[in-house]
Amino acid sequence: MPKWGLSMQLGKITAWAVAEGDEVQAGDDLADIETEKITGTLEAADAGTVRRIVARVGEDVPVSGTIALIAPAEVGDDALDAAVLEARAVIDAGVPDDAGGGAELQTADVGGRKISYAGAGQDGDVILLVHGYGGDRNSWLFLQEPMAAKYRVYALDLPGHGTSAKDVGDGTLGVLADAVTGVLDALGAGRAHLVGHSMGGGVALAVAARDPGRIASLTLIAPTGFGAEINAGYLRGFADAQTRRELKPVAGQLFADESLVTRQLVDDLLAYKRLDGVDESLHTLLGTLLDGDAQRGDSAAALAALGDAIPVTVVWGRADRIIPAAQAVSVTGAVRHVIDGAGHMPQMERPAEVQAAIEETIARAS
Amino acid sequence: MARNITYREALNEALAQEMERDETVIVMGEDNAGGAGAPGDDDAWGGVLGVTKGLYHKFPGRVLDTPISESAFIGAAIGAATAGMRPVAELMFVDFMGVCFDQIYNQAAKFRYMFGGKAITPVVIRTMYGAGLRAAAQHSQCLYPLFTHIPGLKVVLPATPYDAKGMMIQAIRDNDPVMFFEHKALYDTSGPVPEESYVVPFGEANVVREGGDVTIVTLGRMVHTSLDAAGQLAADGVQCEVIDLRTTSPLDEDTVLESVEGTGRLVVVDEAHPRCNIATDISALVARKAFGSLRAPIEMVTAPHTPVPFSNALEDIYIPDAQRVVNAVKTVTGWSR
Repeated sequence: MPKWGLSMQLGKITAWAVAEGDEVQAGDDLADIETEKITGTLEAADAGTVRRIVARVGEDVPVSGTIALIAPAEVGDDALDAAVLEARAVIDAGVPDDAGGGAELQTADVGGRKISYAGAGQDGDVILLVHGYGGDRNSWLFLQEPMAAKYRVYALDLPGHGTSAKDVGDGTLGVLADAVTGVLDALGAGRAHLVGHSMGGGVALAVAARDPGRIASLTLIAPTGFGAEINAGYLRGFADAQTRRELKPVAGQLFADESLVTRQLVDDLLAYKRLDGVDESLHTLLGTLLDGDAQRGDSAAALAALGDAIPVTVVWGRADRIIPAAQAVSVTGAVRHVIDGAGHMPQMERPAEVQAAIEETIARAS
Repeated sequence: MARNITYREALNEALAQEMERDETVIVMGEDNAGGAGAPGDDDAWGGVLGVTKGLYHKFPGRVLDTPISESAFIGAAIGAATAGMRPVAELMFVDFMGVCFDQIYNQAAKFRYMFGGKAITPVVIRTMYGAGLRAAAQHSQCLYPLFTHIPGLKVVLPATPYDAKGMMIQAIRDNDPVMFFEHKALYDTSGPVPEESYVVPFGEANVVREGGDVTIVTLGRMVHTSLDAAGQLAADGVQCEVIDLRTTSPLDEDTVLESVEGTGRLVVVDEAHPRCNIATDISALVARKAFGSLRAPIEMVTAPHTPVPFSNALEDIYIPDAQRVVNAVKTVTGWSR
């Protein structure tokens, strides 16, 4: 059972995509999994034969609990049966009530605004993940834990988002960049790798532009500011939606696979939009992102000012319906990864590929 | 950040945050301050079940203990609202509504209409309802159907701590009189509630469980009873869609109708007495507007048409339980012409 997000303790298999005896390749779908926060599909990490299915559909399994056994033919049935018994004991024991929820949520006071952030990982370089418009640190649910094995990975809630202060001031990228710098200061991080999604990409560039020595590398995922074209209808629709009925089709535009827009996802977005101050924040930020129906903001200029100083990678979902993937070529000098089968949120639809792109960027920095 | 707090604490937090934000918000009712000036812990109980605890000292002069005269203090709250304040008055047990009902349904509910929009009455009347605490016939009724019947009143029944806080904040900010129903058995229940202020709009039902075989429409404490039943039925392969109405006035018709159009079967679970209750109201709505989708007659699960018994054993039979909901679902799923 994978760990998606820092607070996940339990997951539930809603459907198996494989059966005992099936041969799988790396990347094949193994099972659909539902957690408190999200549903997703677990992919096989390696090739092999599925020898035993351990977890039943619909039962709660603790994170790290064994859900299936993939082994070569040489491994005998006795060994497999013994392993199944052990694995079942773990599942049946459940999660103890006092089990910690994962990394603690921390806050920093940045210019009078409370900024929330959470991190995982003990060693290695500092990575700070910056979400996009209307998102929060949970946008990185599928990435943060796996990357924590090698790095210190943090994600913040930008002003107006998540559990941070719902005051964006004049809503310019500078205000948002201040929050990012403030978190780096709170972490005591002299240098950090920034990963920015969509508007968060524009923010990451703004941070790097004002303080290039602070940033070790930039991974930009579908960043704003590299072209005029943008789905302004989506942005306005997201800001204006008052009910589930209005929000669901809007949220659907984010993904290549619209079935990812579960009731839980829409409910969570609605609950966020109903917090005091969010409506005003989202509408103020529209003024920063849009000039009529076109993009405002010139990320290309900020990038050019950096020159060759730091490695830059741009990642884009080919099926992006918010900002066209064609704009990736405008990220001059960046290594490009365009990912099939992903829309505007490749970090949710194709997390393994996004993780690989980030790690490759970090490697280039050393 | 959302953390687990009780329904009672969620209400207290909503009141405190709104009183902080808006100085015209005041709290009044029998023992809402509770023994102010008495020694030690007895000073300011904060209501008979502690919902308003701590507010008296935090907001001096804005939390009032009232005499035991509902017609007087509910009337005063309504008058204060019309004069520019935002009172949150407590009608301790909804069973007491009889002595102040004129103030509520003939005055508060009609001011805006009869004064041609020149008056608003932004009063919230909080009230306890429901059986299960051995409080007997005159302290255990539901009665929300009576208020739902009156144009000009909003009637809301949060079932969870998250809804309690958001709906209380919405109620205080709303310019219309709001009857805010709190089931006695829910005060100690817990759930995730954000620290920040937020609203839950009225007229929006909540689909708390999705399922394709039958629609269960319910409200208040019965939401939890219905979810228990749905869990049992899932083990038998019957998937229930459970809809928490949250507000009876305004009513979210669309969510109910859309669900029944999908499942074709309806069970309404309502703790109120069976004549002219919300179950009959929803049944009529669906029979009129989704007749073609129905594959079985509608079933209602309600209390019986009797006063609430005092005897433990009889009160337990009186209150609709999960087994009765399971039976009703099996009736509609097993029905054939």
